[in-house]
Amino acid sequence: MSKFNKKKKGMAPINTASLPDIVFMLLFFFMVATTMRETTILVKNDIPTATEIKKLEEKRLVMTIYVGEAQDADVYGVGDKIQLNDKIATIRDVRNFIYMSRKKVPEDEQSYMTTLIKGDKESSVGTINDIKKELREVNALKVTYATRPAAQ
Amino acid sequence: MARRDSPEINAGSMADIAFLLLIFFLVTTTMDVDAGISRKLPEKQPENIDKPIVKERNVFEVIINRNDDLLIENEYYEVKDVKELTIAFIDNGGGKGNPIAAFNETEGTECSWCDGAKNPKSSDHPNKAVISLKTDRSTSYGMYIEVQNEIGAAYTFLRNRLAMDEYGVSYEDMVEQEGRGTSDPATMLKLTERIKIIKAKYPEIIAEISSN
Repeated sequence: MSKFNKKKKGMAPINTASLPDIVFMLLFFFMVATTMRETTILVKNDIPTATEIKKLEEKRLVMTIYVGEAQDADVYGVGDKIQLNDKIATIRDVRNFIYMSRKKVPEDEQSYMTTLIKGDKESSVGTINDIKKELREVNALKVTYATRPAAQ
Repeated sequence: MARRDSPEINAGSMADIAFLLLIFFLVTTTMDVDAGISRKLPEKQPENIDKPIVKERNVFEVIINRNDDLLIENEYYEVKDVKELTIAFIDNGGGKGNPIAAFNETEGTECSWCDGAKNPKSSDHPNKAVISLKTDRSTSYGMYIEVQNEIGAAYTFLRNRLAMDEYGVSYEDMVEQEGRGTSDPATMLKLTERIKIIKAKYPEIIAEISSN
């Protein structure tokens, strides 16, 4: 026992004065390097993997459409669902969604807008084709199918 | 008024405050950059348009049925075979192509940069070669993307090879450099021009057909 007591006496307290600085540094890093999460995903979204991918740099020029089965099947039922912004929508709402998204960006940049389709692996191509048909109707021709980079 | 000694502020809770903010940002933000396969949809066509006539040998038919089985030119294949078959088809160069507007051509010429078998039963020229991807309504999206990816990989392979031969840089590197941007406008202009040439020599022509 006496051995332990002796050791304790000799230990100096650790100086924690620099702890806030370290944490602030981390905080600033995360503030700069990340972006705000905008939507909560209501559909199952296990996106496929691919190798031929292109990054979408300008987030504000991207309109995201989620496709997949609803996570809460009791509320929304089974089958592929389309999520626009924060809620489950129908195929008829896609046009309006594109118009509303276009309004948010300046007119000269509207032609650069891309529609990002985040489809679940298990969803059917038919649903995606319905969306693509609607996109053609409103002349939103740039489409990106969201994929994860494949492990090489 | 006598100046009083201001008491020292206790900074012990500073770390706690910073931690709280840090955790808040960790929870509410995301770091992932969206990425994916880019495609351009065809423009909406008027109802009674004259359908362009494409020779059968210039069409590479890929069909995915409702059970995710793959049928290429009427034979069963697996996804891993798609890239090789697509390359062989596009790069065949068995005849004369369409005149390329970017090179001020008035008449179609033979594909001088192709390295294919020159099979008269396969495609004439990369700019005539159409990949026809036919899907069923209940084909799974995962399978569809896999095939799209393989077709894209075939084009990337050919474009890379051409860029390597002509300019000594791969096409992907050129696109990446263009995306990053350079300080010198002349280099940038040259890069954009080169990418345009490569794209004109191997244009991506994918026709999608969906059967209900």
